[in-house]
Amino acid sequence: MAKFRETAMRYVFLLSAVLCIACVGVICVYLLGSGIPTMFEIGLDNFFGTTWKPGSGSYGIFPFIVGSIYVTAGAILIGVPIGVLCAVYLAWFCPQKLYKVLNPAVRLMAGIPSIIYGFFGLTVLVPMIQSMTGTSGKGLLTASLLLGIMILPTIIGTAEPALRAVPRPYYDGALALGATHERSVFSVVVPAASSGLMSGVILGIGRAIGETMAVIMIAGNQTRMPGGLFDGLRTMTSNIVMEMGYSTGLHRQALVATGVVLFVFILLINLLFSLAKKKEGTE
Amino acid sequence: MIKMTIEELHLHYGEFHALKGIHMNIPANEVTALIGPSGCGKSTLLKSLNRMNDLVEGCRITGSVRLDGQDIYGNMDVNDLRRRVGMVFQKPNPFPMSVFDNVAYGPRTHGTRNKRKLEEIVEKALRQAAIWDEVKDRLHKSAMGLSGGQQQRLCIARALAVEPEVLLMDESTSALDPISTGRIEDLILELKKQYTIVMVTHNMQQALRISDNTAFFLLGDMVEMDKTQKLFTMPGDKRTEDYITGRFG
Repeated sequence: MAKFRETAMRYVFLLSAVLCIACVGVICVYLLGSGIPTMFEIGLDNFFGTTWKPGSGSYGIFPFIVGSIYVTAGAILIGVPIGVLCAVYLAWFCPQKLYKVLNPAVRLMAGIPSIIYGFFGLTVLVPMIQSMTGTSGKGLLTASLLLGIMILPTIIGTAEPALRAVPRPYYDGALALGATHERSVFSVVVPAASSGLMSGVILGIGRAIGETMAVIMIAGNQTRMPGGLFDGLRTMTSNIVMEMGYSTGLHRQALVATGVVLFVFILLINLLFSLAKKKEGTE
Repeated sequence: MIKMTIEELHLHYGEFHALKGIHMNIPANEVTALIGPSGCGKSTLLKSLNRMNDLVEGCRITGSVRLDGQDIYGNMDVNDLRRRVGMVFQKPNPFPMSVFDNVAYGPRTHGTRNKRKLEEIVEKALRQAAIWDEVKDRLHKSAMGLSGGQQQRLCIARALAVEPEVLLMDESTSALDPISTGRIEDLILELKKQYTIVMVTHNMQQALRISDNTAFFLLGDMVEMDKTQKLFTMPGDKRTEDYITGRFG
């Protein structure tokens, strides 16, 4: 009887595992299957062109690709230094008592729904930038700032364990040579954790490029090539969400094809991530 | 000449009384071995000579340790102390960076930036640690690719590169094979001409082979300290005799 139960449970586990993989598989097949033919139907020139006017047959998503990349790059510029330094602080400088407060706070950050972040951006960041620059307050800088904040828990959550996993003898060795605590941490421990830090950054990129709700609320959503720091832009994700509700026919399929491009980006980022992990494993 | 003087040194880890009033003189340019069964306090004593015990939570120290007459627990800068009193650990712990950067780490820490000067220091330290010939063609490759014995000699070179006065060795050959151990023992005999060496060892033969003085520890007390030859042939205390003849430990 016990043996039967074990065998049965083994198949339950197997089924769960297969279900997960099947989900990914189905998404791949559906997206690629309906997206790629659309790209050719629209014409690659048109699809990767710079004009998005579905009414008159122009489906150029290039501005949105650039928008996504700009916003993500901005988020990385802002979020990575803060996130990595915060992880260094948590792992090597923070007093135990403070850690008990900070650690749950960082975890909580990861759990806040993105619409709440968007709301925060809309009511705090947008008016702030509005009054500082005299522009609409919505645009690249605002979106980068907000996304920079949103990727912090992702980066910290990966970087802190990586920093803690650095073997203690490295640190002791530096100290025994007369290095200060700060120098030991920054010149020996942090470089030793670099592949783990890189994993955190890559996960952060994935988080930023896929973010939708918060970006829609504060990026301005203009369908044109992104200009300056304070100009509005539209990302691939927002393009899909904004128009999916009312689109039909080729327009709707073009949005699915936008999803394909986004998906390819995510796949590339995941590939980078596993390469970084692999490197971490061999060191 | 006496390099370091320890007087009435008590050390507590929380409630545990790990060192119970140690008195000891460490002569310059000689090898002093600390022996005794596990948990007797010999490693703890070694770590209080460069204040690595400061890192242990709940560690309290009273008494005095003097380096050239200067109290190291007084107003001496702890980083300067650790530059003057270098340490080689039980397990080789090269940093995950190149051979060159490992050895240059100490000098860079203490302000040497000039590339030519660093190259000189690195070569000299690697030669002193008898590993130059083995690594001179791979100075800029990762130190993690070296064998265990080479890594440990690299760590010795790294410690020597900051020109310490005293070198502490905490069972530095216990993780190595006999050939590597032999090389490091030869090296220690060479190094004592310039440096004062204090080593913890579990290996009686090793203490006998390379040390000039031996101190025997038991349960946080220093039972006796004498010239190595004398301590091993005519120990003054019954407990020492029992230990070195292998009756316990």
